[in-house]
Amino acid sequence: MDIIVAIKQVPETSNVRMDPKTGTMIRAGVGTVVNPLDLYAIETALRLREAHGGTVTALSMGPRPAEKALRAAIAMGCDEAVFVSDRAFAGADTWATSYTLAQAVKKIGRFDLIVCGERATDGDTGQVGPGIAAWLDLPLATYVSKVEIRGADDAAAVRVERMVEEGYQVLELPLPALLTVVKEIAAPRLPTLRGKKRSKVTEIPLYDASTMDLDPAFLGLKGSPTKVVKVSTPKVMRSGTVVTVRDESEVSDVVDQLMAFLDERDLLPRGGRA
Amino acid sequence: MSFVWTLAEQRDGRLKDVSFELLARGRDLADKLDTKLASLLIGDGVDDQQLESLVHHGADEVYAVQDPRLADFVCETYSNVLAHLIETYHPSVILAAATSMGRTVMPHVATRVHTGLTADCTDLDIEPGTTNLLQTRPAIGGNIMATIKTPDHRPQMATVRPKSSRPLPADPSRVGKVIEVPFLEPLLDERVRVLGYRTDAEDFVNLEEAEVVVAGGRGLKKAEHVELLRRLADRLGGMVGGSRDAIDRGWLGYSHQIGLSGKTISPRLIITAGISGSIQFLAGIKTAETIVSINTDADASLHKVADFGVVGDLFEVLPELERRLAQRGEEDGA
Repeated sequence: MDIIVAIKQVPETSNVRMDPKTGTMIRAGVGTVVNPLDLYAIETALRLREAHGGTVTALSMGPRPAEKALRAAIAMGCDEAVFVSDRAFAGADTWATSYTLAQAVKKIGRFDLIVCGERATDGDTGQVGPGIAAWLDLPLATYVSKVEIRGADDAAAVRVERMVEEGYQVLELPLPALLTVVKEIAAPRLPTLRGKKRSKVTEIPLYDASTMDLDPAFLGLKGSPTKVVKVSTPKVMRSGTVVTVRDESEVSDVVDQLMAFLDERDLLPRGGRA
Repeated sequence: MSFVWTLAEQRDGRLKDVSFELLARGRDLADKLDTKLASLLIGDGVDDQQLESLVHHGADEVYAVQDPRLADFVCETYSNVLAHLIETYHPSVILAAATSMGRTVMPHVATRVHTGLTADCTDLDIEPGTTNLLQTRPAIGGNIMATIKTPDHRPQMATVRPKSSRPLPADPSRVGKVIEVPFLEPLLDERVRVLGYRTDAEDFVNLEEAEVVVAGGRGLKKAEHVELLRRLADRLGGMVGGSRDAIDRGWLGYSHQIGLSGKTISPRLIITAGISGSIQFLAGIKTAETIVSINTDADASLHKVADFGVVGDLFEVLPELERRLAQRGEEDGA
């Protein structure tokens, strides 16, 4: 069972600034972490390896410092990592990113399963996983909360439960396949001391534009169908009322005011037969 | 024909509400582009009366691709059908709901037909003097709003969150065409098999479709107190949500989690109790219409973004509010 986990380095959520000219994020000087939702993808891959053998390769695309995310993945237990980085990839939207990552997967070669997080907490789109599946024509299951390998060798399949609006849809996919997983699937482990040591010495191959089979028209900002026109900071403050319950005797009065407020906005249910 | 399309959704032959919400968004864009609005349904067993109701809610045309093999959403086959229709009809804009289906099939299709897709748009408009769709969406946990366009590729694809728009009132006098599109055999992809559904899961909610949410956090102190939220939610016809704290402590299941690593919701009303309001949590409720916060801490960040803040003890305020609603229910029902 050879598994590829696609991960992303993201800024720590607060304190993000945008370049008003390009509309892209200013990454310099911002703390970074492995996208928290990707930790569940790493954990899923590690558990499958523990149960069925094989290897886990972490894959990430980003600017040079993003290699750190891959070292964090190795510290958690991934066997290998591949870093996709080139100035030509900068500013890629989800279309161009999924193209570049799909080409990287082709270069890696053999694999049985690709696991991705539900979405990244910075871009918040969840589009790259399905995009990679489309490029590689892999069977896809998104929002997977439970995974189980069935059968072996040529008949190997993956049975999953995916979170949908009404509950869980149960699917079976032949391998190789691509899954995006949700938080519910498994609690991610912490890095081990041994893993941390290994992460410092593991050599991570760099896939750049010159070593990959790429259509230059599909790369980076230029190859992205979507363009950012404008970026603004929303006003989050609402001109709200705040009332204080100073002691128990005031509870009733405050709830009166709250009820009146909700009534005014027509937010309370109409009673029984009204 | 540079139509605007909206992607309807069905389950067990019943159209979902999002199908009508999307038409309200689409109608506005079609009018601005001076073109027609079509609703596209891929599924099975949706009857003529329901298809006609899409016309009543704003569609000029309805394309229905129905077949028993399309009853369940399977990305590969739905993607084949949608890509084929795009290549046949060349729509200008396609809108879908940010549901487990829309978020899966839209990026799959956008990749294949080589076009841009913008997720979770809160505002959609047409750039004056062009046919470009201006798609505005929150990014980086709602810290910024980005306006995005797809100038050189068509269709322009976008998703919007459920409940973020209201359906237009039904107008039974509206006339439109319902077109049954045959399902072409070669579009069927049988690699992925649907084995069934598990809906018996305890404690599962579909928070994104809630009109009213009552959410709790660390201030609840223990699991039993979730009952306070539940009782109030029942009175309000709403659902129970929680902050990451409440979920990580095991008081509520993951489907209840609101915020950056949980759901982003747009209910008409959210009442938060005992949640201070981390940036991550606020990111999940910024598009709620009305926010009420109840917290003993006057400096809680939720009070600053709330429309109505109560600095007070949730263990006093929630039961009193529930009692008042119960009382009113009895009076009205009498």
